[in-house]
Amino acid sequence: MTIEISDVHKNSKLLIDSIPYNVEDADFMKPGKGRAIYRLKLRNLRDGSTLDRTFHSGDKVEEAPVTARENQYLYQEGDRYIFMTTDTFEQHFITEQQLGNKRHFLKEGMVVGTLMMGDEPIDITLPTFVELAVVQSEVTTKSATITPQMKPAVLETGFAIGVPTFVKEGDIIKVDTRTGTYVERVGTKK
Amino acid sequence: MIYEFTRAFFREHGFLEVETPLRVPAVAPEQHIAPFESEGWLLSTSPELYMKRLLAAGYDRLFQITHCFRKGEQGRQHNPEFTMLEWYRAGADYKQMIHDTEELVMTLVARLGLSPMIQYRGQNIDLTLPWPRVTVRDAFLHAAGWDPVAEPEPMRFDTDLVSRVMPSFAPDRPTVLLDYPAAMASLARLSPGDPLVAERAEVFVGRLELANAYSELRDPHEQERRFRAEIAEMERVQRRRVALPVQFLEAVAHLPECGGIALGMDRLVMLFGSTDSIRDVIAFTTDTA
Repeated sequence: MTIEISDVHKNSKLLIDSIPYNVEDADFMKPGKGRAIYRLKLRNLRDGSTLDRTFHSGDKVEEAPVTARENQYLYQEGDRYIFMTTDTFEQHFITEQQLGNKRHFLKEGMVVGTLMMGDEPIDITLPTFVELAVVQSEVTTKSATITPQMKPAVLETGFAIGVPTFVKEGDIIKVDTRTGTYVERVGTKK
Repeated sequence: MIYEFTRAFFREHGFLEVETPLRVPAVAPEQHIAPFESEGWLLSTSPELYMKRLLAAGYDRLFQITHCFRKGEQGRQHNPEFTMLEWYRAGADYKQMIHDTEELVMTLVARLGLSPMIQYRGQNIDLTLPWPRVTVRDAFLHAAGWDPVAEPEPMRFDTDLVSRVMPSFAPDRPTVLLDYPAAMASLARLSPGDPLVAERAEVFVGRLELANAYSELRDPHEQERRFRAEIAEMERVQRRRVALPVQFLEAVAHLPECGGIALGMDRLVMLFGSTDSIRDVIAFTTDTA
């Protein structure tokens, strides 16, 4: 579907030269009574590469024909992450490059919103918070102080994160997937 | 406080504060400025036409802080409804209006208790006068490799201004860009010494376009010709029918020699507030109203 460039915003999905892109950022500039200039930062949804493109007011762009479906993450196979569409049981894969940082928050069995272009998954929406186990962290000997101190830890997905000093290996913590940061501890290893 | 000090500045310099209509029968026809409609009338895109009618009637130093409405202008630095400061001086030209701007900003710096070296988003900007001036011709030759005065290409001009010329300005100083190509004169008069150039200047600080100054055009035939050319372009490209501002054109013939300037108040507040987002200085932008 063709749309006006002025209707494009952050997170719009566009088709440029038949490749689907996500609009990471849309900068609107309109100096001195001139034409409006739209500078888009685009992320290639197939290989994760970025592209910068400039458009002018009046330009038209192609919206990527996407539908939102629910998918369940099954497992990882090399650099492919296998998902299953929950209503049709069809399996698809998304590459590590496409997922980018989102792969750090995937737990087997997790259900995520997925944007699909036909049969091709092109982007996933993680839940805002996910609960993951800490598999590695140093023991600190510092006593509790007023300011929270963070120490490095590694989660079950291999993601490195800062956690408060009271968090131990085996604890389950809640992580904000938008920022990749610690929110709170939700379970302790007995 | 910025508004209070601004009003005080103009009062002290003998300017009369005026109020002109926001709902108007016609606006200046400009290809890239689209007005909102209000039951057969329009919402004002700039107080310019009315302020010039007042100048023509004999008021010689005027200023106004008012809201302007421009369709389709939404972004980090744009809101469709925004606040504009415009002031006009009989017996002045565009360069005088730039001096006024320099004085206004430095007065605000002093009244706000700041030093001329301000911090804007982590960058030191030295506002000490005079601010560096560069002609459009020189700026484009240096940053984009072509001369838009000798060979005007409006689409290329707008793109290169944003992607090459503005980034080439020194980040630690304001820049005054002057002598625009005649094709982009808008309501400014052409330079008597060089008809390829219009007496138009713009002030940029920290990637913000702050103000647009003209030596005002006083030739009603030339003004009408320009308006009609814009109208024809708009009908051809955008299929937009636009009215000619007739009362304004009648007043143009009685305009004294004068300079005028439009300064984005929100941008000024953004500068002193060290933000690049207009959402930080407008309580309710269009998406949260």
